[in-house]
Amino acid sequence: MQDLTDLYQSVILDHNRRPRNYSVLPTANRVGSGNNPMCGDQMTVYVRLEGDRIADISFQGSGCAISKASTSLMTINLKGKTIAEAEAIYAGIHQLVTTGQVAEDDMSDLAALAGVHQFPARIKCATLGWHAALNAAKGEATPATTEKPSD
Amino acid sequence: MNAAWKNVRADFPILDQQVNGHPLVYLDNAATSQKPSCVIDALANYYRKDNANVHRGIHTLSMRATFAYEAARERAAKFLNAAEPGEIVFTAGTTDSINLVANAWGDENLKPGDVILLTEMEHHSNLVPWQLLARRTGAKLRYLPVVAGDTGLLDLAQLPTVLTPEVKIFAFTHVSNTLGVINPAAELCAAAKKVGALTVVDAAQSAGHLPLDVRAMGCDFLAVSGHKMCGPTGVGLLYGRKTLLDAMPPYRGGGSMISSVEYFESKWAPAPAKFEAGTPNIADVIALARAMDYLDDLGREAIAQHDEKLAALAYARLLDEVPGIRILGPAHHRSGVVSFDLPGVHAHDVVTMADQEGVALRGGHHCNQPLMKKLGLSSTSRASFYLYNTEAEIDRLVATLQKISKFFTG
Ligand SMILES: Cc1ncc(COP(=O)(O)O)c(C=O)c1O
Repeated sequence: MQDLTDLYQSVILDHNRRPRNYSVLPTANRVGSGNNPMCGDQMTVYVRLEGDRIADISFQGSGCAISKASTSLMTINLKGKTIAEAEAIYAGIHQLVTTGQVAEDDMSDLAALAGVHQFPARIKCATLGWHAALNAAKGEATPATTEKPSD
Repeated sequence: MNAAWKNVRADFPILDQQVNGHPLVYLDNAATSQKPSCVIDALANYYRKDNANVHRGIHTLSMRATFAYEAARERAAKFLNAAEPGEIVFTAGTTDSINLVANAWGDENLKPGDVILLTEMEHHSNLVPWQLLARRTGAKLRYLPVVAGDTGLLDLAQLPTVLTPEVKIFAFTHVSNTLGVINPAAELCAAAKKVGALTVVDAAQSAGHLPLDVRAMGCDFLAVSGHKMCGPTGVGLLYGRKTLLDAMPPYRGGGSMISSVEYFESKWAPAPAKFEAGTPNIADVIALARAMDYLDDLGREAIAQHDEKLAALAYARLLDEVPGIRILGPAHHRSGVVSFDLPGVHAHDVVTMADQEGVALRGGHHCNQPLMKKLGLSSTSRASFYLYNTEAEIDRLVATLQKISKFFTG
């Protein structure tokens, strides 16, 4: 039996209500946007890349509690990381939201996304901002879309 | 309400189930309706007893299938009060019907400088085919606006400004799937006729809900989806005035749509066969005709009243009992579609939470992104009612939304 408080943990509700790093980043040198054509959700992620390190990151957009909170948590967790590190973290998130399995012992507050795997329709919400961020960091000009087999 | 209404809920076996531990409250009827047992039986019985290919066969089963298929065409003509069965083309649904007109009529008749008139509330299926046609022919798109504010009504005062003689075709929805607005179809068709424009009415949301009479409405084409009116998925129809259908080239080539074929040239069968290339969707067409019988046994006027009563009750109660809710669409004279925005709660979260309470809603842009943008929303939640919904289900809806609102905004 699924429980809503599994999905909407207090961390998620908190980040939905008060998303962190929720602004345009004036010093950004990379921008990535993600949209979910099925529902119209849209996230724009701003990154200041120094070498291969994400020196600063922020986001704005419209989306559900899951996509907003996931993106908000992401900005906290990716700040200061290299692209390779960011990709590794995303791999863990992907595993978490699709299987509920925690990849590493310490996922900190990202573990709040574990409940998503019980709601398959919402997995794309949780990954939207991450696609946008990785696209931005890797300098891909095309907007991220949830309609990719990699989801 | 007549005796047919007595056991309406029992006619729909799917309604009798628990979802996430609660009795199902199905309020996603604008997306697709449920099917009564008689329609499911018609489908199964066709495959059990009558299945054969139509038109080309001489054996008994083939004649039986052909007879039932063509009887369905007569049934559909009667359902819409078309002048003759030959005005009914069976298609895969509304989207397919609109694409048929945009291609077969549009490519032949539009040139640069011509205008295709739409409204700002069209479903993507009555928008994108016309964008493609405009691109192919150089014709231009123009829109009849929706008035500012949340009523979602068409701005009819603008009609004389946009409906000019350059307009060759005016395609509009009869009932909005997003806002529940019922457009004055007969008035719009009459206005179009005055400037010599043809009309295409998207009846996806009205065909199973309101009495429909294509001749009283005065439309040239009308598109219907079976699955939204108690029929199966994958089937629908296009009504077209016979003289127009006769003059149009085919849309797709293949078997059944020709009168003679040679290696370099073929002659088309007359309409409607001209537009039904290949083996048609026989079983679903037959079941769709059964759905029409079912709806007419209840009475479409009675269904419309039932929808409107529930929508009005939901509108009033949500406004009263759910703090801060913003309801879209007109307060009166509306269909069974009620879209709303809960402040601080995204539509997807509303729908996920409602589902946990067994209440099936829809959240998103409802295939209506430009209108959402105009309303300043990226998505809404939508409850849509149909003939089997009850006032008690509105109690469940209200209680569920109150719970969601409290959960998110504390
Ligand atoms: C107003 C309107 N038009 C067209 C359609 C498309 O119908 P279908 O998907 O059955 O072709 C819909 C269905 O959602 C609709 O609500």
